[in-house]
Amino acid sequence: MTGPLHGTPALGDEFVKGLWRDNPVFVQVLGMCPALAVSNTARNALAMGLATSFVLILSNAVISSLRHVIPKQVRIATYILVIATFVTVVDYAIQAVSLDLHKALGAFISLIVVNCLILGRAEAFASKHGIGRSLLDGLGMGAGFTVALFSLGAVREILGSGTLFGIQVFHADFQPWIVMILPSGGFFTLAAWLLVFNAVTARRARAAEPLEAPR
Amino acid sequence: MSDAPLWSIFVNACLINNFVLAYFLGLCPFLGVSGKLATATRMGGAVTFVMLVSSICAFGIQQLLVAIDAPYLRLISFIAVIASTVQLVEMFIKKTSPALFRALGIFLPLITTNCAILGLALFQTNKGFDFAQCLAYALGAGAGFTLALVLIAGLREKLELATVPDVVRGTALSLVLAGLLSIAFMGFAGLGG
Repeated sequence: MTGPLHGTPALGDEFVKGLWRDNPVFVQVLGMCPALAVSNTARNALAMGLATSFVLILSNAVISSLRHVIPKQVRIATYILVIATFVTVVDYAIQAVSLDLHKALGAFISLIVVNCLILGRAEAFASKHGIGRSLLDGLGMGAGFTVALFSLGAVREILGSGTLFGIQVFHADFQPWIVMILPSGGFFTLAAWLLVFNAVTARRARAAEPLEAPR
Repeated sequence: MSDAPLWSIFVNACLINNFVLAYFLGLCPFLGVSGKLATATRMGGAVTFVMLVSSICAFGIQQLLVAIDAPYLRLISFIAVIASTVQLVEMFIKKTSPALFRALGIFLPLITTNCAILGLALFQTNKGFDFAQCLAYALGAGAGFTLALVLIAGLREKLELATVPDVVRGTALSLVLAGLLSIAFMGFAGLGG
């Protein structure tokens, strides 16, 4: 919490900020396409979160170590090439480990390349900071993304199919809300989570207010 | 190989499997730029153009990669071509219309990371479309994207005037709108496909 005053926050903070204050999905609203598309079951959501985190951490590290070499004009294209390389690795790895999972996630594994979150972190963070900090940033953002994806997937699976990780949660009489596993359910669930986030943030802001401006 | 007629491919990409509302592709510009109707229309135009160009490029690359038997290069070459196309479009817009360039802001370079464009290239390859079918697919996807963007921009302009609780204002409300639109678009499923 007590970072040096000249503008470089503590190392731990680089990690923690991705979890809550700058959570990629709930606060920055980045990387929504995979967040909504594959979060119809908790398992898919978790796998997608981990795959994305892997790419994010490695690409952050590589881009940060190359940040003095890459010419400014072609930086975006270079970042994307680095990211695409790691995504190809992940794509083939998942295919080797579990063909089932690969089929369920489909083209969305390849689409990690264009996850705004990864390019966003490369441009906004890794290109300006050292390797250590970039690694921590990638870890934190990846963890935040995975948690967010999991909370979306869990809600949608529990309400939409009455199961969690394929295990029955409710009594057999439970009538699943089909809409939750359809595309529109993804929008509604994310909206609901954003509401929770906004409400908590607003409440904290109100609690902090009287200290600065007593009325 | 797919032998679907061109018209059905177009309708399918535009309405039934709308890229934004059914596949969740291209959500970032969808939520970011959709505040104003005029910006949304232009963004839709830009995306459709990039889609057409990159669809043609992707078709060529796929033929080449099949010929040299190197499928593992597919993702990297697709994205490289798309990124350079976007930079070209960006330079062109910056030169011809600085106002539009400012209005689009960060979202123009982010077309590169617009999943809809790479998604289009990947889907058309997976479905094994021939050249004409690719064009129909790209046009349909672009039209569908523009349609979704314009619809939500229109709704959001109206919402500016409504009084809603502070907590709901912003992205959350747009998402609920998108969800409702998505339900509406499910009605097109009967059109065939």
